[in-house]
Amino acid sequence: MNNVRVFLNGLIKENPTFVLLLGMCPTLGTTSSALNGMSMGLATMAVLVFSNFIIALIKNLIPDMVRIPAYIVVIASLVTILQMLIKAYAPAVDAALGLFIPLIVVNCIILGRAEAFAAKNGAIPSIFDGLGIGLGFTWALTLLGACREFLGTGKVFGFTCFPEEYGALLFVLAPGAFIVLGYLIAVFNKLKKA
Amino acid sequence: MVIVLTSIAVIAGLALGYVNSVTEEPIRLIKQQQLSDGIKAVLAADELTVESTDTLENGSVIYRTDKGVAVQATDPNGFGGKLTILVGFDSEATIQGYRILETAETPGLGAKADQWFQEGQKGNIIGMSPAKNNMTVSKDGGEVDAITASTITSRAFLRAVNMAYEALGKVEVDGESGATIQQKEEKEVTNE
Amino acid sequence: MAFILIFITAIFVNNIVLSQFLGICPFLGVSKKVETALGMGAAVAFVLTIATLVTYLIQMYVLGVNNNPAPLFLLFGIKVNLEYLQTIAFILVIAALVQMVEIILKKVSPALYQALGVFLPLITTNCCILGVAILVGNGTYDAAGMDHNLVTGVWFALCTALGFALALIVFAGIREQLARMDVPKGMQGMAIALVVAGLLSMAFMGFSGVNNGLAKVF
Repeated sequence: MNNVRVFLNGLIKENPTFVLLLGMCPTLGTTSSALNGMSMGLATMAVLVFSNFIIALIKNLIPDMVRIPAYIVVIASLVTILQMLIKAYAPAVDAALGLFIPLIVVNCIILGRAEAFAAKNGAIPSIFDGLGIGLGFTWALTLLGACREFLGTGKVFGFTCFPEEYGALLFVLAPGAFIVLGYLIAVFNKLKKA
Repeated sequence: MVIVLTSIAVIAGLALGYVNSVTEEPIRLIKQQQLSDGIKAVLAADELTVESTDTLENGSVIYRTDKGVAVQATDPNGFGGKLTILVGFDSEATIQGYRILETAETPGLGAKADQWFQEGQKGNIIGMSPAKNNMTVSKDGGEVDAITASTITSRAFLRAVNMAYEALGKVEVDGESGATIQQKEEKEVTNE
Repeated sequence: MAFILIFITAIFVNNIVLSQFLGICPFLGVSKKVETALGMGAAVAFVLTIATLVTYLIQMYVLGVNNNPAPLFLLFGIKVNLEYLQTIAFILVIAALVQMVEIILKKVSPALYQALGVFLPLITTNCCILGVAILVGNGTYDAAGMDHNLVTGVWFALCTALGFALALIVFAGIREQLARMDVPKGMQGMAIALVVAGLLSMAFMGFSGVNNGLAKVF
């Protein structure tokens, strides 16, 4: 029961994108389409679940002073493994996300959860926390990507909703990322209060 | 403290080395596959053999095959970075096909250039030849329609096409290939 | 001349924050006051330049490039390519470097430490440092037609950092004014800040293509 609550917590109440405002670089940089946003979210979730799990397992072995470097080594290794797997088995994802895959290392969500949750809880709840936060991040990125893709090109996940000529290209370009996210946060704030 | 940190680093290093050894082969195969698929696509051939590969000083790569020549060329000033394309020419230096290999362009727009200049599209370049046609965007007095709202990408793309054509001429003049092509090339250059 | 081209391209045309989306966290987090924005901008410029210099040398001599064996290990007769350790090596170097810079600054120039000290710990997780280090290490940055080498790489890093500082300071100036405005309730805080960042990014989009024109002039 407790694990379910931990899991749901990350989806809405502590949503990393809309509430905690963490990991903004990939949020803005990879959401030019719904699919790209989702790939980035899932990649981050994979690293987050494993890093939470491993750190929760080894936390008692690590002296407090070298805590952060040890966490960084674990996270960087996981990211590199993920990067190699993506390159080998999903080259299209590698082409779409490019530099943002190695940059998962410096995504504050991952180190933040290692410090705030995995370092204080057991291995199993840590997995659920990773899943919850990871899915919260994924749906936020997918929604942002879908909005930008819809407004910019008239498509969602590549399915045409209205002719491309009527789309405002601006939303696919850099400024659109900031503006759409700004309005989505405003909507989220409003809904949360209601 | 030091022991713990070192052992973590060593374990991490070993794990990475292992995964690297496992994925090295598939990554290499995929790159090869993409290249051979690209060459086949731009020369509109199902089956071909690459006879020779040359790399020029400016980074252009020339793949000579029995069905024509495919040239990889890069323009450094695309929208947000470099744009790399692969263009297929037949023996008359007529464009058979092209493919975008690498672009720093926003994904939605880069994909557009993938379609825009193909046969039957607004900016069709298939069947044209940099030797006979003025291959710049119509805004600059050329014969090719630019992609709506991305003139920069279109210009970069056409610069790369012309670069690919120049690369074609370069090796030909050096006399590294068939004599018939060489003569035609030189004639066309003098015509200009 | 190409150095001027890199300068203009990195700062205006491909601004690291407003068009490349790197370093967004400090851009949004440390931009409430112009004064702190200045401090953060200076600290990033300082660390980014040094970090790029060090990581480039590590890439060239310890890790190796383009699947060639690394020169350092070649000295001992070991043929090994360690490119796959790039991410882990770079982030550790950056983290250690930031610590070192902090300690050295404290000893050598307490005044500078006073000004930059608080920002230094934040820099390790600033993704524009690792991002630029990887771009330079892989040789995939825009060198305006010149070779990818140590000089252009470090120059590119410095210009990129200046672009970061510029975006940060301009944004902070706008936010200082914005704090006095009557913003609708739902839009207050980060929401309106992001929309402003979007407008700023739109303004910087006006520079796109300038580098091509300048390339012709030079």
